[in-house]
Amino acid sequence: MDTILQQLVNGLSLGSIYALLALGYTMVYGIIKLINFAHGDIYMVGAFWGYYVINQLHFNFWLALISAMIFCGLFGVLVEWLAYRPLRNSPRIAALITAIGVSFLLENGMAYLFTSNVRSFPQVMHVVRYHLGGVSISNIQLLILVVSIVLMVLLQLIVRKTKMGKAMRAVSVDPEAAQLIGINIDHTISFTFALGSALAGAAGVMIGLYYNSIDPLMGMTPGIKAFVAAVLGGIGLIPGAAIGGFVIGLLETIMQALGFSAFKDAAVYAVLIIILLIKPAGILGKKIKEKV
Amino acid sequence: MSLLDVKEVTKTFGGLTAVSDVTMHLEENELVALIGPNGAGKTTLFNLLTGVITPTEGVIALQTDNGLQTLNKVKPYKVAQAGLARTFQNIRLFKELTVLDNVLIAMTAKNKEGFLESIFRLPSFYRKEEALKQQAVDLLKIFGMEDQLDVLASNLPYGAQRRLEIVRALATKPKILFLDEPAAGMNPEETADLTRLIRQIQNDFHITVLLIEHDMSLVMDIAQRIYVLEYGKLIAEGTPAEIQQNKRVIQAYLGGDD
Amino acid sequence: MKKNLKYNLTWLVLMVVGFVLINVLEFGGIIDALGEQTLVTIGINIILATGLNLIIGFSGQFSLGHAGFMAIGAYVCALITTSIATPMGMVIGMIAGAAVSALVALIVGIPTLRLDGDYLAIATMGVAEIIRIILNNLKITNGPAGLYNIPLLATWPVVYIMVCLTTLLIVNLIHSRDGRAIMSVRENEIASESMGVNTTKWKVIAFVVGAATAAIGGALHANYIQTIAPTDFGIMNSINILIIVVLGGIGSITGTFVAAAVLGVLDLVLQNFGTLRMVIYSLALILLMVFKPSGLLGTRELSIRKIFNKFGHSKQKGDA
Repeated sequence: MDTILQQLVNGLSLGSIYALLALGYTMVYGIIKLINFAHGDIYMVGAFWGYYVINQLHFNFWLALISAMIFCGLFGVLVEWLAYRPLRNSPRIAALITAIGVSFLLENGMAYLFTSNVRSFPQVMHVVRYHLGGVSISNIQLLILVVSIVLMVLLQLIVRKTKMGKAMRAVSVDPEAAQLIGINIDHTISFTFALGSALAGAAGVMIGLYYNSIDPLMGMTPGIKAFVAAVLGGIGLIPGAAIGGFVIGLLETIMQALGFSAFKDAAVYAVLIIILLIKPAGILGKKIKEKV
Repeated sequence: MSLLDVKEVTKTFGGLTAVSDVTMHLEENELVALIGPNGAGKTTLFNLLTGVITPTEGVIALQTDNGLQTLNKVKPYKVAQAGLARTFQNIRLFKELTVLDNVLIAMTAKNKEGFLESIFRLPSFYRKEEALKQQAVDLLKIFGMEDQLDVLASNLPYGAQRRLEIVRALATKPKILFLDEPAAGMNPEETADLTRLIRQIQNDFHITVLLIEHDMSLVMDIAQRIYVLEYGKLIAEGTPAEIQQNKRVIQAYLGGDD
Repeated sequence: MKKNLKYNLTWLVLMVVGFVLINVLEFGGIIDALGEQTLVTIGINIILATGLNLIIGFSGQFSLGHAGFMAIGAYVCALITTSIATPMGMVIGMIAGAAVSALVALIVGIPTLRLDGDYLAIATMGVAEIIRIILNNLKITNGPAGLYNIPLLATWPVVYIMVCLTTLLIVNLIHSRDGRAIMSVRENEIASESMGVNTTKWKVIAFVVGAATAAIGGALHANYIQTIAPTDFGIMNSINILIIVVLGGIGSITGTFVAAAVLGVLDLVLQNFGTLRMVIYSLALILLMVFKPSGLLGTRELSIRKIFNKFGHSKQKGDA
């Protein structure tokens, strides 16, 4: 029982990182139907930002987190403006390849500038372990969980309650109609990238703190997993991304606990395929049938 | 025995009944129209008959050389192979392929080829290919499109796209041709051409035509029989003259109290 | 009839001339060892990418799992050639690899090809990853360490012949009634089905043929590089094949050839740039896509028939 609870705690904290990343994927996909392959690398950029501001400028955790979110938000907007905007009316697959190009560029550019060595992330926080019954939870795990949930709630509020959020939803349903009623599509898309990238930046700083190591290729695998999470939950849907992230985080830790860590990724993909075969648009997604 | 027998067909989507208890029949070589106000379920009925969606209840049966064949829960491609071909309200051509290819594709189902035959380019491959092309060109000639063989379907003018859809459907050698609003978006001149064309198809190919159309002059002009659908139910059936006199039909179209 | 023979003979002559030309250049020392390596890599990439182009460009199904089928071919052929280290073993290995790969594609294709667009992409990516993870954990495949000392049987002539054969297979398939049925699925699935085309069947056939050719590419890779490991067949490898397809022009086999060659030469040129190599490569990729979103050739194809017709036409004009 205790080990189950323990895995639940571990799974949830890992899952919340996936969920934060998945939100960025899902929002961008929802609005311009692009699998933003470079999203995982924005997360890496966030981790490196955190590394530098903590080491060089002696920022504390919160300052590092918030500055990383701002930096990554701006960075995401810049990437969209430079690389994706010129391709907005091109075939979707061309935009996808561009996103892959941006991903390669960020990975290799960072490796060129900072070498591809693994660095240990500065420990701005003393690790404290709390023991509740047989379950051990660290303050960092708690922090990740709480910060992620707060950010997700904030995001949901922005999308549901603010004018910009309404514009985002309108553009994702019908860009042309949104334009007709006076919504500035460019601004809305930039805003979406800013939000998604800021969340990735936050995830990057937190994962640095949690795993204590960062490198230029660290975004690749979590990026793909997060996209899987977004699809699993129902792409384009914010609650879907959160659910997908937690499902994958839990699944991975469960597989690990059962001694099948070599097969944990296989399990993730198998679950993904099975869910898609049962619900082709993901857990929360609704399949829209083409009208004949 | 009718060519196509539709018995008590009902289709519900969730709680909504789109087509309710429709019973109708199509005879060989007749031209029948299906009319009704917007949202009456005409296209849904077409989709049911051509297998795009399956009926919740009821039976659709086609008279074939091997006896009666039920078409419920039969995949659309098998329905097409059984001899039911259609056009679409919102044109669905193979846009980035040529006019000739559009027609040739429709001939594929009844002219299968051996995988090896095509991979190794045996002489029989070229022979069959030439024969098929000739057939396609002949068919396009009837519709005055033999000069546009290599034009991409998406580059055709609107009226020609509608015509190509009809040619493509005919290329499957159907027993019954379903036309979904063939005159939509056409000017009076084009509509007149189309009217002539539909008549010609019925005569030359000896097939049955069922058409959905909003243009009443066209319908009254060429239909031998008319079915009227309202709120998913058939409310009238008869010759154009009978339908024009039918009180329920007038009411359905003009509205008003009982 | 005669015309068709003429076109086909022209292609045959071109293939033989290409082969002789490259051999002469090699004999004359103009193509060195590095040059040959580049040629072999380009050849293998052409085989991999034409198969993927059949799936993506012609049947319109977005697959991101090509490396998985490549892996199957590589491992099956490597295992067979390790015990039968002869050219005959290579032939058996390639056939067996293609067969196993086709079988796996058939089994996973039938359920997953119902998915559309990006959902299919992510599902096929998952399939490829599962294949890789299985290879990573099997005893016969030697786990993460992979297989080594695979006999060098995929020499340059073998690769050249296989490029010609797989391209012929795919091009002839595309330009046939079956090929038209496959393209109609891409163009409009609902209309295609309504014209009596069994769309599921053709999607699966394109997927299976693509997987079989990927396996041949994998087999050649294994018997050229002589060592393989599961990490050689990850998501990034699927993406690299996809890049060749998109860069050349989706739906253009000629484009695939051009893109594979361009990338191969680019790679050769960038050898001297050290760590900057990948930075330049990714920048080039982004710029190419931004300025040429439909790829180098769009959907254009090199056609002997058209060249002949043009030639014949101008000659007639000259006569007049």
